[in-house]
Formats: sequence, structure tokens, C-alpha cells
Amino acid sequence: MNMLGQWIAFKTIVYREIRRFLRIWVQTLVPPAITIALYFVIFGSLIGSRIGEMGGFDYMQFVVPGLIMMAIIQNSYGNVVSSFFGTKFQRNIEEMLVSPVKDITILLGFIVGGMVRGLLVGGIVTILALFFTDLNVHNWWVTISMVILTALVFSLAGFINAIFAESFDDISIIPTFVLTPMIYLGGVFYSVDLLPDFWANVSLINPILYMVNGFRFGILGASDVGLLHAYIMLILFVAIGFSTSLYLLTRAEKLRS
Amino acid sequence: MSVFGHNIDTHFTEAKQCIGVVPQEFNFNQFEKVLDIVVTQGGYYGLPHRIALERAEKYLRLLDLWDMRGMISRTLSGGMKRRLMIARALVHEPKLLILDEPTAGVDIELRRSMWEFLEKVNATGTTIILTTHYLEEAESLCRNIAIIDAGNIIENTSMKALLRKLTREVFVLDVKEAIATDLQLSGFILRVMDEHCIEVDIDQNQTLNQLFEQLAEQGVTVTSMRNKANRLEEMFVSVLNAPEDSGSEEAVSANSSATQPKGAAV
Repeated sequence: MNMLGQWIAFKTIVYREIRRFLRIWVQTLVPPAITIALYFVIFGSLIGSRIGEMGGFDYMQFVVPGLIMMAIIQNSYGNVVSSFFGTKFQRNIEEMLVSPVKDITILLGFIVGGMVRGLLVGGIVTILALFFTDLNVHNWWVTISMVILTALVFSLAGFINAIFAESFDDISIIPTFVLTPMIYLGGVFYSVDLLPDFWANVSLINPILYMVNGFRFGILGASDVGLLHAYIMLILFVAIGFSTSLYLLTRAEKLRS
Repeated sequence: MSVFGHNIDTHFTEAKQCIGVVPQEFNFNQFEKVLDIVVTQGGYYGLPHRIALERAEKYLRLLDLWDMRGMISRTLSGGMKRRLMIARALVHEPKLLILDEPTAGVDIELRRSMWEFLEKVNATGTTIILTTHYLEEAESLCRNIAIIDAGNIIENTSMKALLRKLTREVFVLDVKEAIATDLQLSGFILRVMDEHCIEVDIDQNQTLNQLFEQLAEQGVTVTSMRNKANRLEEMFVSVLNAPEDSGSEEAVSANSSATQPKGAAV
């Protein structure tokens, strides 16, 4: 199959992924919107007004970029992990394996599908945020590139989780015990300046810190970490995630045949 | 190994393009609509959406599933699910269709309609490889046959050549009047099952005429006759038992080529 054929196959996988999360929108689009809206109400409006300033901004202004990022991370990851694991579980992955679709096409299809869901939920949450605060974007390029890179990194992470997963437990353990702590400790709710030096340094190995702060810089123009540093880290994670995913997929296919 | 000239080690993608596969177990997404499943499969083979849609309609109509196109696949009956998998395997119009036990656990009516459909597909020039445990199915549909025992191909020949190897057939005869339990026929091995039924072994060099001559002489009137077992089944058992008693896992793989659509072939 030529490049055009692979392109058609790629589009087919992306459409199928989008169709999947739109079909089950009550499970995929509504819950993150409600959860994040509750965060806005509780942390932003109710508690936030008593916190005062954080990183030089109102707490509401500070927390909104973090929460938008949290929605993007959780939904990119969640989409790919459940869709790819579901495909394995129902064995309809065989539909792709018997066809001439290349592994890289399969990977890109799932990843872009996950990114679309992440960005869509991010968009919904952003609209909800406008009911609570004003959002003035400081730098569109930084904002958009941070969002896209983050969705990409966590789609890849979800893919790797799904490849290793053998049961439904395996696709909930990692999000619960790894992803959630990383998000909560990644500077979504606070500035790392508040932490003692030791914990502030520990936080620097958390990729989410770079994403949240990079995005916060895009919106507010302020960040706990350097922007260049954030981009380097993100591109590094994309490269590692992509090559690992592709390697695992190729190897897994060999195991099956 | 190569498929239509495409080496599967060096040109796996091209080889896959020539093949359609119908697995034994349902392996489509249970939550998707029938039409989406077939159109999506077309996309995996690089068919533009419009063509995938046309082909999906063509094969869903041929397999009587067009009216079900909007249904969620999980809600289909077992027979419909199997036909859906056939439509899915045909959407890219492969030169070779592989079916893994397509009629396992399928009711008689569906089995017959599936045979009919496969004969049609074969007549249009598609080679079909089918694996089956139903030997009458292999015998009536296939031109070539291979017998696989514990993963090894122990026979791979034409159906006719294989059946010629059968040295002995057992016939069951129903007779009109009650017969003596000690009935003997010279040269034939026979067993009286009850007073109206006998079984006779006929070797390759014996004829039915010889049998009937002797029966007529003894005043036995035969009302009906049938093979005790399917001929291929006897062959299968004799082949598997011949060298040693190995028979751990047995399967028949039969294939038919489209070059001569006539005869005992799909």
C-alpha cells in the first residue's frame, strides 16, 4: 500500500477514534467538564477567595490554566488507554493487523485520536472557565504549542500503558497511582516556590510541572520554570514516548503472529 | 512463502493486500454499527471513503445484511455476525479469502446459504482456503485438500486423488424382508445390524454389481443404500491412523482455486 493508502488508513483510524468518544460522550466529555467545573467553584471561587495571591495572581487566575491542563492530560491519556486496550480486549485490533496498515500509521491514528479528545475537553473546560474568570492570553504561540505537546505526550503515555495492560485493572492502576499524584504534585494548584527547596527540586523531575508552567506562561506570562527548559523537556518526552510506543507495538505484533 | 508472488518476509504489506481473513471467533468492535465496521475495514486497506461505502453496500446486500447496517454489531444474531465478518473480509476484494471454520456451530439453513455464497465468490475468481472439521463440507466444496495433524501437513493433494486412495468403503443397506443373522456373501465382509439392515465393506477392486448379484441370488431385496460415513471422513481417519496412532489435534484445511469453477469446487 502506498503513501496515499497509509494516509487514508490514518484518517480512518482517527475518524474511528473520534466516533468512539463522541458515541460515548456521556462517559468521555461530560464527566471532565463537571469535575473541572467543581474545581472552579470550590478551589477558585469558594476557597480561592481566602487564599489570596498565588505566584503574583489571584488564585482563580492562577488555578485556571492548571485545571485546563489537567483536563487535557487526563483525557488524552484516558482516551488512548481505554480505546487501545478495548481494541486489544475485543480483539478488533486484528482488523488492523491483517490489513496493510503500517505500525506507525496505527500509532499515529490512536495518538491523534487521543489528542483530539484532550483538546476538545480542554476547549470545553476553557469555555466553562470564562464563567468564573477572564482569560487574557499572554502569548498564543506558547499557549497552543504547550497544549498540543502535552496532549501528544499523554496520548503516547496512554498508548504505552495500554500495550502493557492485560486487564481492566491495569488501565486504572497507572492513572490512579501514578498519573493523578503527578498531576496534583505538578504545580496545578500551587506554585513550587511555596515548597521547601528539597521538594521544589524533587518537583523538577515531574514532566507535568513543565507543561502546567509552560501553559501558565502562555496565558499569564509567568512561570515557575524557564520556557526553553519546558520545551526541551516536552520534546524529549515526545521523542522517548514515540520511539518506545513504536518499538512496543512492533514487538507486540511479532509476538502475536 | 509467497502469496500471489509477494514474498511474505520481504513484501508482507503487498501480500496482506491480496488476502481477506474471516476468523473463527467474532473479533469486530461490539459497539460499532454494522456499516461502520465494513467501511472502516475498507479504510485500513486504503480505500477512499466513497469506494469503501459502495463496496460495503455491495457485500452487505449480497450477505443480506444491508437492512441491518445501522444496528450495533453486538445486537446481531450469531449467523449475522458471521456474515458481517465475511462482508468485512471482502470489502477490499481480495484474491484469496481465508475462512477459519466459517460454519462451526451454524444452523443448517445458514450453512447452506453460506456454501452457496462462497461458491459464487469463488466463481468470480477468488481463491478460497477454508478450514473445517465438517468433512462433507470439504468434500462437496473443495477442489484441493490438505490434512493437518498436530500442526503438520500430512496430505496435500486434489480431492479426487485423495479419494482414490480410499481402499475400502462401508455401505449400509436396508432390506425389505427380514434376513437371517448368519447371512454370508462370498468375498464380502458383512455385518448384520438387525433383520432389516446390513453393513458391507467394499474394497477398491470389488464392485457394487458383484454385491447386488449375490444379494439377488439369496433373494434379498434392497430398498435403500447409503455410505456409512462420509468418504472423506473415512479417508481422514485412515490417513491419521495409518503411520501411528497420532491424532492429538486434527483439522482439515481445504482449498479451492478459481481457475476451474466447475466441479466439486468452490
